[in-house]
Amino acid sequence: MYRYDEFDRILVEERVEQFREQVARRLSGEIGEEEFKPLRLMNGLYLQLHAYMLRVAVPYGTLSSRQMRKLAAISRRYDRGYGHFTTRQNIQYNWPKLEEAPDILADLAEVEMHAIQTSGNCIRNVTADHFAGAAADEIEDPRVAAEAIRQWSSLHPEFSFLPRKFKLAVTGAPNDRAAVQFHDIGLQIVRDARGQTGFKVIVGGGLGRTPIIGATIREFLPKRHLLSYLEAILRVYNELGRRDNIYKARIKILVKDIGAEAFARQVEEEWLNLKDRSIDLPEEEMKRIESYFAPPPFENLAAVSAAFEAKRFEDRDFARWVQRNVEAHKAPGYAIVTVSLKPEGGVPGDATAQQMEAVANLAEDFGFDEIRVSHEQNLVLPHVRQADLYAVWQGLVAADLAAANLGLISDIIACPGLDYCNLANARSIPVAQRIGRRFAAIERQHDIGGLKLKISGCINACGHHHVGHIGILGVDKKGQEFYQITLGGSADHNAALGRIVGPAFSTETVVDAVETIVDTYIGLRQDGEGFNDALSRVGFDPFKEKLYAAH
Amino acid sequence: MPLIKDSQIVEDPWTTLEDEAPLTPGVWPIVSLERWQAERESLMEAGVPIGLRLRSDQSPRLIAEESEHFTVIALEFPKFTDGRPYSSARLLRERYGFKGELRAAGHVLRDQALFLVRCGFDAFEVPADISPDAWRAALARITVRYQAAADARSTAARLRRRPAPPVKPAVHCRDEEPTAAAWAY
Repeated sequence: MYRYDEFDRILVEERVEQFREQVARRLSGEIGEEEFKPLRLMNGLYLQLHAYMLRVAVPYGTLSSRQMRKLAAISRRYDRGYGHFTTRQNIQYNWPKLEEAPDILADLAEVEMHAIQTSGNCIRNVTADHFAGAAADEIEDPRVAAEAIRQWSSLHPEFSFLPRKFKLAVTGAPNDRAAVQFHDIGLQIVRDARGQTGFKVIVGGGLGRTPIIGATIREFLPKRHLLSYLEAILRVYNELGRRDNIYKARIKILVKDIGAEAFARQVEEEWLNLKDRSIDLPEEEMKRIESYFAPPPFENLAAVSAAFEAKRFEDRDFARWVQRNVEAHKAPGYAIVTVSLKPEGGVPGDATAQQMEAVANLAEDFGFDEIRVSHEQNLVLPHVRQADLYAVWQGLVAADLAAANLGLISDIIACPGLDYCNLANARSIPVAQRIGRRFAAIERQHDIGGLKLKISGCINACGHHHVGHIGILGVDKKGQEFYQITLGGSADHNAALGRIVGPAFSTETVVDAVETIVDTYIGLRQDGEGFNDALSRVGFDPFKEKLYAAH
Repeated sequence: MPLIKDSQIVEDPWTTLEDEAPLTPGVWPIVSLERWQAERESLMEAGVPIGLRLRSDQSPRLIAEESEHFTVIALEFPKFTDGRPYSSARLLRERYGFKGELRAAGHVLRDQALFLVRCGFDAFEVPADISPDAWRAALARITVRYQAAADARSTAARLRRRPAPPVKPAVHCRDEEPTAAAWAY
């Protein structure tokens, strides 16, 4: 893991004191809310429906046990004993007080954490594949680039007042787990014909009101030029992005309006002027960062652990959990564990302080002290010996974290919705909870198989409904909450946007509608084909007939 | 609007001219891009230094070849959240080699101070309630720079590559702590 040196530490500490002074000016009335708002947002502090909300950065989703314990302690001391892990690998606290926010940031700084640029119209906290450094299909660890981007983008003097927010994601594997095609900039590590590694650069993707799959503007960028190339993209965007209408201000609109090719030409032209201006990090500095992400000292193990196989045979619940929540690791004898934060009837992504501590302990005892947050709002123990999986599972069972539902219908992504958010049109969490209860029988979920269900409470699409196999969007119809359903979306390397199936459903009928869709799929799938494959084979009609026939 | 340069309030020798206002002998004018483009010849022959004011939607790319004619370029922030002048400033300094005064005008707050300086601004039209002390304090608040920009301050990556300080002599006299200069490599 990356460790702060004196420079990283000083910057974060200075930032805390700067914010403390800004909060003091706000509390004394020296500055008004209009001037304070961009300042607090750049430190992750939102004003929500009922209270402030503080969003803490988890750069590229990587945490140590010590950091996780601090997150738990903060939730106890300043909040209500829980936190909410987000689709951008961050954690949010829903009930902090404005006057305590600087103290929370100071506590975070003790464990090399901060809330810098988790909000506001600036370069947001960078995300990466949550299986980085562990996945069997990985070309290179994306976190080296992500950390370089974290540093470069922090308090960037030119790009702190962009037309709109700006999100970057990096993946180092061909199977895209970081949704790089749905970010303002997505970077994918690829190999060229000579075997050199570099980045495929994708721009202008995103969800929100105008969902767009990103366009590749460069097939191969040599690694050493990463930052100057990003600077060129950001400069073109900062100069040309629209500022007259916040709904048209994201880079995706600019790329769409002038065309990806024209945009790419402008970037390349700008880059020619930038690439030799010492923006890029020297090789030694890249090496220094890289050294922090060296693999942990894996033991030389057999590919398969006999003890693990035996436990799998003996304990059906364990076997079921392994089937869904454990993935192949690149090191023989190891495995990647995903800890589901989607217990039956729970709030997707929420974890109590006790649960955070339980995961921290398991990571310390069995996982080289490493934890990840996934953009699907789960936690990951990336390096666990197969032989320890049973003990890890038992620990998770004790903490009520052993739901064997990864990638299944109850592994729902949901935004906070009208329960917390002042933008929302409808509640998301209760719908997620009701769907979770409707499909509570885990055998049934396993029979249904992999199915991504995502819920947003408004068209800003924080719940990523456009890329759910089944997407649910809360809308307001004359003061009533209604839910529009889309089918066929996907956030992985087969990126696709879902399409609306028909008229929206009421709060009372939306869960029935989801069940109808699922039953229809089960009835017509062939040879275990996935939801989107079945949908593209049969089209929307069979679903529409079942959903609307009775109306 | 008070003008801050080198963290001091200074007398502003410049006058922002409306497009219709005539040039007055002895008055140093800051003119709009439109006026510059319409009256380039006569302005250059007026015998006074010329300043240019660019709105945030006017790119300095429009005057790339001409920046040497201006003693001052004022970049206007219509709202402090409009970040275009930061890019304009860096282009002027780093690409077009503008050496004159680069002035931040319009909605300028102390919380932007460091960003402005790092992008190459060296003069600031600030609200009357910002004291030079407050401005200086805002500039000193953050000392670490992660990224290269238009200022000369070393980035963290560069400082990380500093050679390690020399090994202290075996016999070390407590009263003679090494001075800062002795460590400055």
